[in-house]
Amino acid sequence: MDLTYTQEEESFRAGLREWLARTLPQLPPRPDPLDWPGRRAYDMGWQRRLYDAGYAGLHWPVDAGGRGATPTQHLIFLEETEKAGAPYVGANFVGLLHAGPTIASEGTPEQRARWLPPVLRGDEVWCQGFSEPDAGSDLASLRTRAWRDGDDYVVSGSKIWTSHAEVADWCELLVRTTPVSEDVPKHRGISWLAMPMDAPGITVRPLRTLAGSTEFAEVFLDEVRVPVANRVGAENDGWRVTMVTLSYERGTAFVGEVVACRRVLGELAREARKNGRWDDAVLRRRLGRLSAEFGALWRLTQWNVSESQRAGGGVPGIGGSVFKLRYSHARQELYEAAGEVLGPGALDLGHDWTLDRLSSLSYTIAAGTSQIQQNIVAERILGLPKGR
Amino acid sequence: MDFQLTEDQRALQGGVRELLDGRFDAAALRAAADSGTPSLDRALWRELGEAGFFSLRVPEEEGGVGLGLPEAVLVFEEAGRALLPGPLVATFLAAREVTGAAQGATVVTTVSGGLVPWLDEADVVHGDVSGAVPLRSVDPLTPLHRVPGDQQGWAASSEAPSAFTAAASSEADLLIAAEQLGSAGRTCEMAVRYARERTQFGRSIGSFQAVKHLCAQMLVRTEVARAAVYAASVTGDGAEITAAKLLADEAAERGARDCLQVHGGMGFTWEADVHLHLKRAWVRAGLGKAAARAEEELAAAL
Ligand SMILES: Cc1cc2nc3c(=O)[nH]c(=O)nc-3n(C[C@H](O)[C@H](O)[C@H](O)COP(=O)(O)OP(=O)(O)OC[C@H]3O[C@@H](n4cnc5c(N)ncnc54)[C@H](O)[C@@H]3O)c2cc1C
Repeated sequence: MDLTYTQEEESFRAGLREWLARTLPQLPPRPDPLDWPGRRAYDMGWQRRLYDAGYAGLHWPVDAGGRGATPTQHLIFLEETEKAGAPYVGANFVGLLHAGPTIASEGTPEQRARWLPPVLRGDEVWCQGFSEPDAGSDLASLRTRAWRDGDDYVVSGSKIWTSHAEVADWCELLVRTTPVSEDVPKHRGISWLAMPMDAPGITVRPLRTLAGSTEFAEVFLDEVRVPVANRVGAENDGWRVTMVTLSYERGTAFVGEVVACRRVLGELAREARKNGRWDDAVLRRRLGRLSAEFGALWRLTQWNVSESQRAGGGVPGIGGSVFKLRYSHARQELYEAAGEVLGPGALDLGHDWTLDRLSSLSYTIAAGTSQIQQNIVAERILGLPKGR
Repeated sequence: MDFQLTEDQRALQGGVRELLDGRFDAAALRAAADSGTPSLDRALWRELGEAGFFSLRVPEEEGGVGLGLPEAVLVFEEAGRALLPGPLVATFLAAREVTGAAQGATVVTTVSGGLVPWLDEADVVHGDVSGAVPLRSVDPLTPLHRVPGDQQGWAASSEAPSAFTAAASSEADLLIAAEQLGSAGRTCEMAVRYARERTQFGRSIGSFQAVKHLCAQMLVRTEVARAAVYAASVTGDGAEITAAKLLADEAAERGARDCLQVHGGMGFTWEADVHLHLKRAWVRAGLGKAAARAEEELAAAL
């Protein structure tokens, strides 16, 4: 067990720190968090800066446009950018953290060449069209249909809770290419498509979140034509590809946020000392426990990264579910504590912490609810029987 | 950074597990628990000494094994899994100070958190035990005395030899945390095994989600505590050790409680081993740094 970084890793860290110190002050002011188009422009501008400086897609394979860095270097990248308070991946979440990696691991050379560089350059935004009104936790029950017509699929159906759909260029879309029947169980017959969001027949209807923003939307698909060449993986083999996507989403996508939570925890303590709430021993102890919690989650992250590095990088294991379960609850507790620290100020939507408190409520739902994650841990890690 | 067990560490872990399986298995645990008055198995203590258990961190020049804190943690995790009784931590920490401790010939105990485990059986006692009153210990495998005053632990005693400094107290916390971790892992396994075997309503109770979710949370708490304990053993950082103790205490106590729940009525019996884990977890949580103090210290560092 070794937690020290190599000379090479440390010099990578030093270079990155220096670049961040130089670059962050030049960034334009952050747009209002409720203004998605503004956020898109801001997030992609940040991605472009990363790209120009050679920090985009660090751990992506070289032939996918990345730098082929080790998982540890990627971890250092996440740690340092968060510590420095650099912008969050934001609108680039899907492209960078799960659609991109899925294409890098499952796509053909042509597909990689077409879709990956624009993600890294900050030119194209992706969204995730998995969930449907009647297929959320039970994702394999999805009903959006795709018929083959010449070189195209013709897609009809609807998707829901599609984050960033309003501002996305591409959608990683799950469709049913063979209807469910006695010979074709529901997990078969699904395909994974890259759908251009400007294709005729797509209607995006923004949904308002409880925080007031329109960060997700309903997407209606009416005979949308998607080239067969846009299918990643074999026809009807989309469930397997989906598992790859989900393991990236659960395995690595929240890692950098742990560092951010530790930063916020420090800010909570400073604020509490300033406004007198620190005298409350119950609150102090709560913050102390959260400090242990986030410290351990960071160590767990390093453990998982080392494991993946030993396994030669690649698709993260189901250990991501263990992390996601604890992290999503810890994050909610952090912002509950923030509410305690703020007192009456916690009711002010103008405070970042209030919005973050609201958005933290999605963490136990999005990317697989806590109940579903517990099923995964129990069945796939502990080997308990399937059932209800 | 390669935060995974090395080959040697895995081998050590496997070796200790094998040793304890052979020498203190479930049947031995049962026999000890049912004996009425717990007595320390001196022969076992010596065997542990011969195997290098207590001298693990003593430098090779001094006849020890010369390994580090991470290895010590792995060994204590195994002891926790097996629910090995005795003042293991105090004897381990005294290996360089007290003649015979390293060999398992001398049993050392210490005052911690206002308690002294195994006072009557120990050859050497660190700390002030005047006025010590025996308790009817909740843990049938850990006799306890209570000492007057508010003795906070390893560092608190004025008579303590030099080694029992803040560093030793921190190390003690880490080793107790490692035992808690082992216990948490064990109760999780016990719960999972029982959940697969026991049937109700015509199927295994492990197929019921309410049961599954208890088990999943046991694993999550154990894995989070493991990351904390292992990392603290690598860095040796005081605050990290404090956090590790806090999380490992939680993993062991709640893990044992959930394991008991999964066992249903059986879990409430003397016959199931679950209660032994729960009671020991309580004792360990009472030794070394208590949760309230740990949380206050971590908050103060924010
Ligand atoms: C902020 C946010 C962003 C999202 N972004 C996207 C996106 O970009 N793309 C996308 O495709 N999806 C997205 N989602 C959707 C998300 O993946 C689903 O909401 C989630 O998988 C749950 O599905 P559901 O909403 O249909 O709830 P349901 O599946 O109806 O669940 C309702 C409740 O029942 C419980 N439940 C359901 N099944 C079981 C079971 N078997 N055992 C125990 N409990 C169960 C759930 O845990 C939950 O508590 C997003 C969601 C949120 C909140």
